[in-house]
Amino acid sequence: MSKTYKYVPEPALIKGNHDFKDITAMITDINVRPTPKGWYIAFGIANMLLLLLLVSIAYLIWQGTGIWGLNAPVGWGWAIINFVWWVGIGHAGTLISAILFLFRQGWRTAINRFAEAMTIFAVMCAGIFPGIHVGRIWVIYWVFPIPNQMSMWPNFNSPLLWDVFAVSTYFTVSLLFWYVGLVPDFATIRDRIKSKIGKMAYGTFALGWRGSNRHWWNYEKAYMILAGLATPLVLSVHTIVSFDFAVSIIPGWHTTIFPPYFVAGAVFSGFAMVLTLMIICRKIYGLEDIMTIDHMEKMNMIILVTGTMVGFAYIMEQFIAWYSGVEYEKAIFMLRAAGPYAWAYWIMFACNVFSPQFFWSKKLRRNVAFTFVISIIVNIGMWFERFVITVTSLSTDFLPSSWGYYSPTIWDMATYIGTFGLFFTFFLLFLRFLPMVAVAEIKGVMPQADPHNYDKNGEYVPPKVEVPEPYKNQTN
Amino acid sequence: MAQIFPKWTNEAPRRILLGSIIFLNAIVFCIWYFFSPEFIDVGYSPEQPVPFSHKIHAGQLGMDCKYCHTQVEESRYANIPATQTCMNCHSQILTDSENLAPIRESWETGEPMQWTRVHMLPDYAYFNHAAHVNVGVGCESCHGRIDRMEQVFQAKPLSMGWCLDCHRAPEQHLRPVSEVTTMGYSVENQIELGLELVAKHNISAPTYCQGCHY
Repeated sequence: MSKTYKYVPEPALIKGNHDFKDITAMITDINVRPTPKGWYIAFGIANMLLLLLLVSIAYLIWQGTGIWGLNAPVGWGWAIINFVWWVGIGHAGTLISAILFLFRQGWRTAINRFAEAMTIFAVMCAGIFPGIHVGRIWVIYWVFPIPNQMSMWPNFNSPLLWDVFAVSTYFTVSLLFWYVGLVPDFATIRDRIKSKIGKMAYGTFALGWRGSNRHWWNYEKAYMILAGLATPLVLSVHTIVSFDFAVSIIPGWHTTIFPPYFVAGAVFSGFAMVLTLMIICRKIYGLEDIMTIDHMEKMNMIILVTGTMVGFAYIMEQFIAWYSGVEYEKAIFMLRAAGPYAWAYWIMFACNVFSPQFFWSKKLRRNVAFTFVISIIVNIGMWFERFVITVTSLSTDFLPSSWGYYSPTIWDMATYIGTFGLFFTFFLLFLRFLPMVAVAEIKGVMPQADPHNYDKNGEYVPPKVEVPEPYKNQTN
Repeated sequence: MAQIFPKWTNEAPRRILLGSIIFLNAIVFCIWYFFSPEFIDVGYSPEQPVPFSHKIHAGQLGMDCKYCHTQVEESRYANIPATQTCMNCHSQILTDSENLAPIRESWETGEPMQWTRVHMLPDYAYFNHAAHVNVGVGCESCHGRIDRMEQVFQAKPLSMGWCLDCHRAPEQHLRPVSEVTTMGYSVENQIELGLELVAKHNISAPTYCQGCHY
């Protein structure tokens, strides 16, 4: 053992010597202050995009799904790609709030509220697509197992039906989880806001929270149970989404690697989306002390891990295609890399496999501008991953007589762009009216919350970094 | 700190809970009851161009159903009789009746009568009259007591669930083929007889999609 080891204490989660009052003010002032102009501008743009979504859905229902570029052989196009993409984005929220909670990761407190909100709005965007991509939207309620005068039930063998249950359960549980976390914060704003209506509104949502010991005890238990439930949910939901493809017989779809590979991809793209939004918000709302570079670095590490898992899956798919000796399987993977959609495949490969590898460098993963760029590239790459999986496998399969090239129409694009309107409309409302960081939780991870940091008279004494015995005499 | 909410809000959660239980149950009941074909379709009885009375023709005069609806044993469709059938009698009976004027007009001009259809299945359900009549499903089972109807109305819901109820247990409704047009038919040992008829006619009523929807 050389003497070059040195003790590195955990970096503080919150920079800049804030006390409880500061933190409350920093976060909830955003909700209490008058609305800034920039918010109105952003909200206006988001509303216009939302209108675009509504128009394209209305026209779709009026005119039929033929307005999209779909046809035999490619019956699933942008609608399903976007569905999987948005669901995937939603998964980071639950990963951050539930899985990191179970692993007792203190750093999640700065971003969990933010990520959960993103989950909910992303799942809303996702949920639209299975609803509207059907030809007859007015009988979509037939997917629900409701006793009816036709004596007819859905077929429980279809992963598309499992999707219905998976996504609706996921949405409900995410919403509940988010709301449970919000209750103490609603109470904080209720106590700070001046207007009578505001007090009533936040007071109603706070459900009479007084922060008593018994409240907190129940809250923590409920939160942990929900986290425990949400964790298998997050894994199963995207697994079920992957079953839409994996249970089929199409070469390129019928693969057992899909469930874990889709989940890894979901976490990958979800974290990228959280980063994109976080980097903008922390700047605009001045929350750099809470959402620190350390947080960004940790998230970048997860992007690196999941990005590498996705890369492994790509290579494994190629390997198995060769190893299987099945002509169709070999053909589809050759066609992906060198066929009519090779451009999409190599965009996907470059964005998802190569771009996260930059994060091996500590300097780059602590660079805000670089992270921002990569986070956007990752989401582009993950969109192309779903494009490649969906479209290439369908466009060239068993019978060469039914090969075709799929191109989207303007309505495919309008619907996709429109979902950003839906997303950002809700996201901006969230930023305006709800605390974007979990105030109660972030206070729990501050040094002031540790009872060991108070002296006999109840005065706060900042913790001294205790250097463990073996390193005591070492000079830094 | 001043209280935000008045005292009665203590009761609010309980009331909201109770209210939503009642409200949700009311919604379920309303949809289940008021939107069902049993509520919407049964009793549908449009005005016809001629007030044709099944009560007089089938009930009082005792005409057999197949005198007018001739193809019911051979065809998918139970035909509406042509004007010719009406004129078999009404060229000499009630020749100056005001009600029958459209029939005579149709006879003279050759324009068919525009009857209004009462029993309507959607075109994706392929119902076959002959297939039912020839194995002993009585007219009454699906159309009700036509012989007592002054003006025809829909007596049964004709919903898919209603069809399937019989297809899954046909013995409850089967009768000897000779009794198909009998109105008011009933026997005491229906199930026993029904099972015999099922065996005799080798009936396996389809409950799969292609049975009716091709």
